[in-house]
Amino acid sequence: MEFALPPFLPFFLGALVVAVLRGRVQAGVAILVPILGFANLWFGMPGAPETLQILDFTLVLVRADELAMLFGWLFHIAAFIGLVYSSHLRDTTQQVAALTYAGSALGAIFAGDFITLFIFWELLAVSSVFLIWARRTPRAIAAGFRYLLINVFSGVILLAGALVHLWETGSLEFSYIGLEAGLAGWLILLALGVKAAFPFLHNWLTDAYPEATPTGTVFLSAFTTKVAVYALARAYPGTELLIYIGGAMAMFPIFYAVIENDLRRVLAYSMINQIGFMVCGIGIGTALALNGAVSHAFNDVIFKGLLMMSMGAVLHMTGRINGSELGGLYKSMPITTVLCIVGAASISAFPLFSGFISKSMVMQAAMDEGYPVIWLALLFASAGVFHHAGIKIPFFAFFAHDSGIRTTEPPLNMLLAMGVSAVLCIGIGSYPDVLYGMLPYEAEYHPYDWSHVITQTQLLFFSALAFVWLNLTGRYPPELPSVNLDAEWFYRRLAPRAVGGVVATLVAAHAVLDRFGQRQMDRAVAFVEHHHGPEGYFARTWPTGSMVALVALVLVASLVFYLA
Amino acid sequence: MIAQFVSQHLPALQVVVPLIAAPVCVLLRRPTLSWLFALIVTWICFAMSIALLIRLESAGTIVYEMGGWPAPWGIEYRIGMTSAIVLVIVSGIGSVVMPYAKASVAAEIDPARHYLFYTCYLLCLCGLLGVVATGDAFNLFVFLEISSLSSYVLIGLGRDRRALTAAFQYLVMGTIGATSIVIGIGLLYLVTGSLNMADIAARLPEPGTNRTVLVAFAFLGLGAALKLALFPLHVWLPAAYTHAPSAVTAFLAATATKVGVYILLRFIFTVFGATFAFTTMPLDAMLLALAVAAMFVASAIAIFQNNVKRMLAYSSVAQIGYMVLGIGIATQAGVAAGLIHLFNHALMKGGLFMAIGCVFLRTGSVRLESMSGIARTMPWTMAAFVLGGLSLIGVPLTVGFISKLYLIRASFEAGLWPFGVLVVLSSLLAVAYIWRVVETAYFREPTAEAARATEAPLSMLLPTWVLIGACVYFGIDAELTVDTAFRAAAALMQANP
Repeated sequence: MEFALPPFLPFFLGALVVAVLRGRVQAGVAILVPILGFANLWFGMPGAPETLQILDFTLVLVRADELAMLFGWLFHIAAFIGLVYSSHLRDTTQQVAALTYAGSALGAIFAGDFITLFIFWELLAVSSVFLIWARRTPRAIAAGFRYLLINVFSGVILLAGALVHLWETGSLEFSYIGLEAGLAGWLILLALGVKAAFPFLHNWLTDAYPEATPTGTVFLSAFTTKVAVYALARAYPGTELLIYIGGAMAMFPIFYAVIENDLRRVLAYSMINQIGFMVCGIGIGTALALNGAVSHAFNDVIFKGLLMMSMGAVLHMTGRINGSELGGLYKSMPITTVLCIVGAASISAFPLFSGFISKSMVMQAAMDEGYPVIWLALLFASAGVFHHAGIKIPFFAFFAHDSGIRTTEPPLNMLLAMGVSAVLCIGIGSYPDVLYGMLPYEAEYHPYDWSHVITQTQLLFFSALAFVWLNLTGRYPPELPSVNLDAEWFYRRLAPRAVGGVVATLVAAHAVLDRFGQRQMDRAVAFVEHHHGPEGYFARTWPTGSMVALVALVLVASLVFYLA
Repeated sequence: MIAQFVSQHLPALQVVVPLIAAPVCVLLRRPTLSWLFALIVTWICFAMSIALLIRLESAGTIVYEMGGWPAPWGIEYRIGMTSAIVLVIVSGIGSVVMPYAKASVAAEIDPARHYLFYTCYLLCLCGLLGVVATGDAFNLFVFLEISSLSSYVLIGLGRDRRALTAAFQYLVMGTIGATSIVIGIGLLYLVTGSLNMADIAARLPEPGTNRTVLVAFAFLGLGAALKLALFPLHVWLPAAYTHAPSAVTAFLAATATKVGVYILLRFIFTVFGATFAFTTMPLDAMLLALAVAAMFVASAIAIFQNNVKRMLAYSSVAQIGYMVLGIGIATQAGVAAGLIHLFNHALMKGGLFMAIGCVFLRTGSVRLESMSGIARTMPWTMAAFVLGGLSLIGVPLTVGFISKLYLIRASFEAGLWPFGVLVVLSSLLAVAYIWRVVETAYFREPTAEAARATEAPLSMLLPTWVLIGACVYFGIDAELTVDTAFRAAAALMQANP
């Protein structure tokens, strides 16, 4: 077939149609959209880039190379699963927002120049925020504003970086930038970093995602950060700084995830941790590492989606999401429990589950390229993931002490969506060649050789052993179920003293700075308001005499100026 | 036969038709009849301005001698690319506001005075078109007075009594401006003995040798700055725009200040010449400084306003800063950017004032607090406001982006990159004041009056959306505006080397 629509267009058109429909028809049409989009991509993907002429710029709307196509397939699958999962909803806002959001993500993935990327980048932020606002609680609305502000800000930096890049090189092409590009390189990296939730830029994610609707979080966790990962893989492969940023990202959220009570927020932290693996892989930049990064992104969307969906189902059925209020749900939600455990096994990278075949690629690449410290950090992060996402999530929600909540399985469409994800998790984990065949770079890798399987199985089994042993001997702290022995020593013995002191100092210093900053800011605003506010000197309606005097003054001043 | 007559006298008819139509309108008396008559006249004017623009494609400049008297004795109309653009803007806005005016005027002005309103409207249109079309300095002053006097009346026609003070202050300031222009023209006449602008330009003595010319330059600059509301001479504008009837505000905000900018361009480039203004005289430095002050001070004031019309009025002062900034950059690209913004700002500010006029029609107030939750009952009006606001901020795919893009480019190319940065920074202030309205209208619980409001009538919504739609259309396909502006700027720069 010669004719094909740009991949984002079916979604935007679908959003328009869905906006005027209601009820079951609306849900049905929404589910059709990703299927049609998929067919559009499958049958009609043009080889040559599609361009659009605006002003003096040639915008490359569609550039479909292998890297883009991989994410293209992924986003169609994710949109399909998410829409099935939310098809019981009767909320036009969410359906339209979800379709627009998925379409924007596709637009960004296939964008061939920075202006197109920027437009979809901002659309991502603007469309997705409605999934947060749709919860319609004051907390969600406030969190949505913060989310919007930071994400739009990221777009503005992206535009600034792109313009500087244009100024310096005369090109807007969205391809390798690197930090050698100077100011443009740093600005664009910062913009991508905000969306990819780099350390210190990550708070919007853990702040807003858990406040979204049960179904909204599923979409949110699929698109925004993965678009950023894609953009990093496109523009900054092999940037060494990213290795260390990725390592930090994989490690630090673990500590927060452990102490967090809101289970969806735990997942939000674990999301940053998983993105850490991808960023690290992009930083290493070899074919194997990049393949690992993008295939991990692929798998993460599916298994993180599955976990988010299972937690969404719990929230949907019980109205609660705090670990301390849940427990014992396996009695009334056995299918959900099993599906959640499949997701947990995948994220923990059990052999035969999808996480295993991609995560180990990044770690292998770290070892091959001579970053043993990073390898250790990632190993530690793997164990940490197993603890907070693999055990903590299912344990607190479905087992632990019986909370006495009796409910039923979620609606069929939710179970179906989770089922599809679970099948994909196991399928990809068991037959990795399908996914490997789609990877953009040439690299030979076999996940199921002895060393990988043994290392990973040992890690997991000793963790599990420790879990059981601690439980039996009664040393297992009820509030803080920790599994990982070395990590445990670190944060149970050393951390309280050392970190406690540091944290106290930091908190105090931060408070002082904050107060100082706040005071200066207040003072500045007060100053501006004093002069520019409705009663201010500049904004008052002046008496006619003063106006005329001003004119005379300006005349005299300009005469003096000219005659001088 | 008629077609030939029209085509031959098109430049004159452009001005004469509304001039003759105005007294006819007085005779009609009946509100609907006079409205319909004025509507037809404005649309004819618009058609004529488009025809002139098309004719300019083949001819470089259209010169028309009034009554067959050759210049410099007779009055000459001289229409170049710049004047053609401004003619299209003025008559275009005039014809879009007209259908809007019916419902709005019916609600805001005493029915017995409707025919006076439409008469003054036509007179004002005639004055503004005349200023742009004429090539005679004194004739320019006459038309300026026609447009000014009629706009004082238009502002004072509403039921809001504060409008009378505002109109009076505008009258005082406007008269000083016009007087200063006529003094300038007089001084030039003293030196050159001519009133025809092209002729004056040819007869001016060597730059820097004559103090009279210099003083004329100062007076003309001051007069134009007053008319275009250049900071700090903008003080008449906020009150006048705030208290005038909605249709008047939309019309004047989109046209009157633009004509002021045109007067400035006309005198700088075709009478004194760019070399005199920017090399001999430090006009570029003055314009740049005042433009930046306007961009920041007026935007900051807008943020603190609780009256949305007043807020938009201050925003106009800031936006005029962008146009003047373009002129102050004093390169072809800069002047073109100023002209692009002149066109674009007319679209967006016209659309915004019209949207806010719809709110006023339904709630009787333009205070921010009375607009709480209004987006639920007036979704189309507020959607128009948001799009216009985005354009004001300069979001891509709107005309505001095009303006700022070319302004920033021009400042970089001229080596004045700090001004490009300032443009971006001041845009952030626009985000703040637009966001206040959006937040109030979309995220607050509706007040009783906002909940009772219904969507504005189609006769007002459609014109609003025509302008807002144009904001988006010309934001995507900017070829026409950019091309025309660059050609106009090229013509201006070469006018008098």
